[in-house]
Amino acid sequence: MVGLLADKDRIFLNIYGQRDWGLEGAKQRGAWNGTKDIVAQTPEWICDQIKASGLRGRGGAGFGTGLKWTFMPKQESERPHYLLVNADESEPGACKDRDILRNDPHLLIEGCLIACKAMRAHSAYIYIRGEYVHERERLLVAINQAYDAKLIGKGNVHGWDCDVRVTHGGGAYICGDETALMESFEGKKGQPRLKPPFPAGAGIYGCPTTVNNVETIAVVGTILRRGADWFAGFGTEKSTGTKLFAGSGHLNKPCVVEDAVGISVRQLIEDHFGGVRGGWGNLKAVIPGGISVRMIPAEQCDEAVMTYEDLQARGSGLGTGTMIVFDKDADLVKAIARASYFYKHESCGQCTPCREGTGWMWRVMERMVTGEAEMSEIDLLLDVASQVEGHTICGLGDAAAWPIQGLFRHFRHEVEERITLYRAGKPHVQGHSLQAAE
Amino acid sequence: MSVRRLAQVQPASFEFKPATLKRIGEVSTHFPEGRQQSAVIQALWLVQKQEGWVSEPAIRAVAELLAMPAIRVLEVATFYTMFMLEPVGEVALVQVCGTTPCQTRGSEAILAVCQRKFGPANHRSKDGKFYWQEVECMGACANAPMAAINDYYYEDLTPESFEKLLDDFAAGKKPKPGSSIGRQGSAPQGAPITLTDVTLYDGSLAKKFKIPNLPEKPSKTKASA
Repeated sequence: MVGLLADKDRIFLNIYGQRDWGLEGAKQRGAWNGTKDIVAQTPEWICDQIKASGLRGRGGAGFGTGLKWTFMPKQESERPHYLLVNADESEPGACKDRDILRNDPHLLIEGCLIACKAMRAHSAYIYIRGEYVHERERLLVAINQAYDAKLIGKGNVHGWDCDVRVTHGGGAYICGDETALMESFEGKKGQPRLKPPFPAGAGIYGCPTTVNNVETIAVVGTILRRGADWFAGFGTEKSTGTKLFAGSGHLNKPCVVEDAVGISVRQLIEDHFGGVRGGWGNLKAVIPGGISVRMIPAEQCDEAVMTYEDLQARGSGLGTGTMIVFDKDADLVKAIARASYFYKHESCGQCTPCREGTGWMWRVMERMVTGEAEMSEIDLLLDVASQVEGHTICGLGDAAAWPIQGLFRHFRHEVEERITLYRAGKPHVQGHSLQAAE
Repeated sequence: MSVRRLAQVQPASFEFKPATLKRIGEVSTHFPEGRQQSAVIQALWLVQKQEGWVSEPAIRAVAELLAMPAIRVLEVATFYTMFMLEPVGEVALVQVCGTTPCQTRGSEAILAVCQRKFGPANHRSKDGKFYWQEVECMGACANAPMAAINDYYYEDLTPESFEKLLDDFAAGKKPKPGSSIGRQGSAPQGAPITLTDVTLYDGSLAKKFKIPNLPEKPSKTKASA
């Protein structure tokens, strides 16, 4: 057995798409089995089971899913409840939801029905990123199959009316933020809203709304089928269950794989991703949870495990569980400068610290790559990063600051060397480029 | 933020094709009465599928169709980077991902191929057949480097395989999307190392069973359906 998880304990049995992704195939693999018994239960029972399973949101923030569902009003009113599934997967490094959408869509649709019952909603919308055209086509076919088989819709066999609809975005990373997602859903620019009011009070169209990640919703059916204790049996007390991980960067065999939360970084890389290019000794750093978490250097990767608490203690985070690996030949400064460009490109322009700060940080990072920057600009950059962080409506400002902070926390000496090297043999004009930056 | 402006030269008018109009009608019924604005991104995308790009008269037509102020549609069209605001290549729109995960696996060489073959980014090639641009993360990082050509993903590219792909498009062929090195989706290269247990697929999971942890007496739902 590779990794920690046996095949019989995997939730996504068609993650690579080697088998039928349609309704018949999904049923053979256990989807839609016993759904009627689950949907017949009270919303409280479903929420309690999900709470007991310890499932945490798989979109990056890791908020308790069962708890989140209980925030929805306990009574239906003239304002309908909505489930909004966040399939706007755009985090650099993350490519896991895509495989659920195209290869196991019925698990997601079934999860939508169950989650709708748990939050007394009759409408679920799946907001899929615009670029996932093939994935959207698959999902639409799967939804039509479910409607035709009366598994969802009005008067379905499960006894809880539930419409599942698909809508899509237009290529904006910011729409992965739940309030920006709701704005975009309503047909506006994807600029995040201030909280409160929280979505469970006033979300889309001012109605109670819960936004969940694709993977979070897709695992719900299997958790309830196999029991909360089964799911809680994997991982640690605070980080339970199985999860999709992905690897990209300098790996021999990058891929997406499901394994138990709590697998060590080293085992994940060596068992599933074919090892680091050039062997474990050639590892330089890992960004473990999508580009917006801070990197961890190689010397910590021996002990680091893929849990929320361990990675947080290392100043990083589990995020989406999708890692980017760098070997010793990698130019980390350039990699982070490219990430800074990404944030500059994707800032929605609403809050000044982010709109101006992301562009400023990117320009300075570009000069760090060549070594043209001033030595004092390192501290200036970190100061600006810390002032962008936490001063914006949504998390994009934080996400733009963290990769830079992670780089300088562990590899400041590399940037300093580069600046020194650039200056060697050149006439020294102190303060020249600093003035340009200011 | 990316600054995006409408093209200098605009067509005089825009007409929906019946199929486009029908599909927009369908998707706008997915939203509650009076909330048709929710369909605007889908409508603009369908317009782009019809014309290849989004023109100013098309923006006005969509606004009229969905009973929205034109400025709101213009806002959406310029905010979302998927909408092309000028005519793209007749044969293909090539979007190469350049963000960090792809960059670490060699997207710069892929971008260089485009530069060499078609000239500067965000412009039509001289013969008008291609239009290329560098885009931000497309969400296929385990199959990096990749490019989306006419909306579909071509993955695990090398400069050689990418160049061949573009030549095929130029020759009027329609290459099959997916991995250029024969990977199955996002599976690791080579023989599968997980999901090899055949008993998972023999139908045993579809058999009737009892849901665990059910309450003593299955209670009827209190909330009205």
